[in-house]
Amino acid sequence: MKSQTTLKMMLAAGAFSVAMSHGAHAQDTVKIGSVLSVTGPASFLGEPEDKTLRLYVDKINAAGGVAGKKLELVIYDDGGDANKARTFATRLVEDDEVVAMVGGTTTGTTMAMIPVFEDAEIPFISLAGAIEVIDPVRKFVFKTPHTDKMACEKIFEDLKKRNLTKIGLISGTDGFGASMRAQCVKVAPNYGMEIVADENYSPRDSDMTAQLTKIKNTAGLQAVVNPGFGQGPAIVTRNYAQLGMNTIPFYQSHGVASKSFIDLAGAAAEGVRLPAAALLVGDKLPANDPQKKVVTEYKQAYEAATKQPVSTFGGHAYDGLFILVEAMKRANSTDSGKIRDEIEKTKGFVGTGGIVNMSPTDHLGLDLSAFRMLEIKGGDWNLVASGS
Amino acid sequence: MAEFLQFLVSGLTVGAVYALVALGFTLIYNASGVVNFAQGEFVMLGGMVTVFASAAGVPLPLAAVIAVVAAVVIGLLLHRLAIEPARGASAVTLIIITIGASILLRGLAAIVFDKQFHKLPGFTGEAPIDILGAAVQPQSFWVLGGTAVVVVALYVFLEHTLLGKAVLATAANRLAARLVGINTTTIMALAFGGSAAIGAIAGILVTPITLTNYDVGTLLALKGFAAAMLGGMGNPLGAVVGGLLLGLLEAFGAGYLSSTYKDAFAFLVILIVLFAAPQGLFGRRAVERV
Repeated sequence: MKSQTTLKMMLAAGAFSVAMSHGAHAQDTVKIGSVLSVTGPASFLGEPEDKTLRLYVDKINAAGGVAGKKLELVIYDDGGDANKARTFATRLVEDDEVVAMVGGTTTGTTMAMIPVFEDAEIPFISLAGAIEVIDPVRKFVFKTPHTDKMACEKIFEDLKKRNLTKIGLISGTDGFGASMRAQCVKVAPNYGMEIVADENYSPRDSDMTAQLTKIKNTAGLQAVVNPGFGQGPAIVTRNYAQLGMNTIPFYQSHGVASKSFIDLAGAAAEGVRLPAAALLVGDKLPANDPQKKVVTEYKQAYEAATKQPVSTFGGHAYDGLFILVEAMKRANSTDSGKIRDEIEKTKGFVGTGGIVNMSPTDHLGLDLSAFRMLEIKGGDWNLVASGS
Repeated sequence: MAEFLQFLVSGLTVGAVYALVALGFTLIYNASGVVNFAQGEFVMLGGMVTVFASAAGVPLPLAAVIAVVAAVVIGLLLHRLAIEPARGASAVTLIIITIGASILLRGLAAIVFDKQFHKLPGFTGEAPIDILGAAVQPQSFWVLGGTAVVVVALYVFLEHTLLGKAVLATAANRLAARLVGINTTTIMALAFGGSAAIGAIAGILVTPITLTNYDVGTLLALKGFAAAMLGGMGNPLGAVVGGLLLGLLEAFGAGYLSSTYKDAFAFLVILIVLFAAPQGLFGRRAVERV
C-alpha cells in the first residue's frame, strides 16, 4: 500500500516537473520554422540546407542563443512537392507558431508557401533561385540566393569584355533552365548580345549531341551558354568536348556550381567558365576580400560536421539564418513584425553569397559583385582575373 | 552528311539502350503476361553497383559481373517474394506490384548508395573517334556491340536450347506448357532473372555515356515500354526495332526539327503507328479463343 502511494506521488511529481520544464522551455525559446526539400528531386539542394540550419542553430544555442533566448528549429521535409510545402507552412504558422521562417528550397515550393506567410505576417526568407520570389516585392518575403537574371548579366559582362557577341543557348527545359533562358533572352540586348542559336534539352536526356551539332553549325557563333542544373549540363559539357567544340568559349550557370559537376564532366570541363558565389573559391580569394573570413569559416564548419564538400546551396541557408538572427538581435524582440522591419534594414551583411544590402524595394540585396567569374582549370575552380 | 551521321550514331546509341530495356519487358511479358515496371531499376542497379564496386577498388570487369549477379538476385527475389505469392492475381494487380517494387528499389538505392550522380570511365578511353566528320564516343560501339551480343545470345537461347523452347512454350500457352511437363514457375523465375541481367548489362554499358543515379530507371522504363509497344509487346525483334527507332526519332527530331518538342515528336509518331497498327509493328494479333 505504501509503495503504491509513493509510486503515485512520484508519478505526480514527474508529471509536474515535465509540465514545469515545458513551461520554462516555452518562455526561453523562440521558434524558427523551415520547410525544405530534404528528399526528392531537389534533395541535393535541400540536404545541405537542412544540415546547415541544424548545425548553426546548435552553435548559436551553445553560444547562448539570441537576445537571451534559445532558438528552436522546426524543420519539415516537403520532398520537393509544392502541395506538401503549403500544408507544412500552414502547420508552422498555426500549430508551431514560429516567429520567422528560413526555407523553401525550390521556386515552386516557395511560391506555394508565400501566401501563407504573407497572410500570417511572418517574415519568410526563401532559399529559392528565381527572381519571381522577390519581384514584385512582397512585404514579408526575402531571399538569399542570387537570381538567374544576375547570372545572365555576369556571363554577358564577361563575354562583352572578350568581344564576343554572337551566342548560342542550350537550355534545360526544367524550371531552372527555362527561367534562366528567359532572363538571358531578356537582358541580352542590354549587353549587345545576339542569340544566334537557341536549343533545348529535357532534364533527363542522356545525349545532347544532336542539339550541339546544330549549334556548332550555326554561322557566326562565338560562344555558347548552358542554363541548366543537375546532371544535364555535365552531359552537355561532355558532348561539347566530344564534338570538338572546345575552341568555342563555353559558359555554364551557377546551377552547376558544385564539385560534382567537375567530377562528372571530367576533362571535358576544362576551360568552362561560370558565375558562382565566393564560397566555391574561398581558399583562392585574396586575403583582403571581405567575404574571405565568412566563407572559409563556413566551409570548415560544414565539412567538419558533415564530412561532405560544401555547396553554395547550404551557404544560402547559412545566409538566411544569420540575416534573421542579426535582425532578431537588432530588434531585441520576438515580434514577427519588428523582426521583418529589421530584416529589411539589413546593410553590409557579409554572407557566403555576397554582401547584402536590403531596402524596401530590394528584398535580395545583392549586386553583380556577389558573383565571381570562375574558370575550370586542372580540375578545380579558378578565379578569372577581371579584364581577361 | 557529317551532321546526318552524328544524329544517326547518337540515335542508335540511345536507341540500343531503349532496345535492351524493351527486351527485358518482352521476356517477362512473354513468360508471365506481366509488364514489369521495375525493369528500369535493373538498369539503375547495373550502373550503380558497378560504380560503387569499382570505387571500392574492384577492377571494372569484375565489378560489372558483380552488378549483373546482384541484379539477377534482386530479379529472382522480386519474383519469389512479390510475384509468385500473388500468382493467382490478375495481370493488372501484378503490374501494380511491380510498380511498388520499383519504388521500393529506388528508395533502397537512395539509402544504400546515395542521391548523387555518378560516372564510369569509358571502357576503351574517351577520345572521340572521327567517322566521316561525325565525332563518336568509343563507348557507343560498346553499347551497340553489347546490344547485338545480348540479342544474338537471347535468340540462340530461345531457338536452340530446350530451356529456351520451354520459355517460348510457356509464352505461347501456359496451361499447355504445364500439361507437357514444363515447370512454368521455374520458367517465370528464369524470365525475371534473365531480364534483370539484360537490364543490368544495359546499365553498365551506358553509364559511361549517360551517368547514373538512383532514379535513372524511371525514364528508361518509360522509354523502353514505349519502344516495346511500338515494336509490338511480346516480340523480341519488335523490341529491338522499336528501341532503335525511338532513339533515332529523338535524335533526328532534335537535330532537324525542334529540340523543344523532340520527346513530343517521338511519342506522336508512336501514337500514329499504334493508331494504324494497334499491335505494334511486329505484334501478334491477339486472338481470344472462345
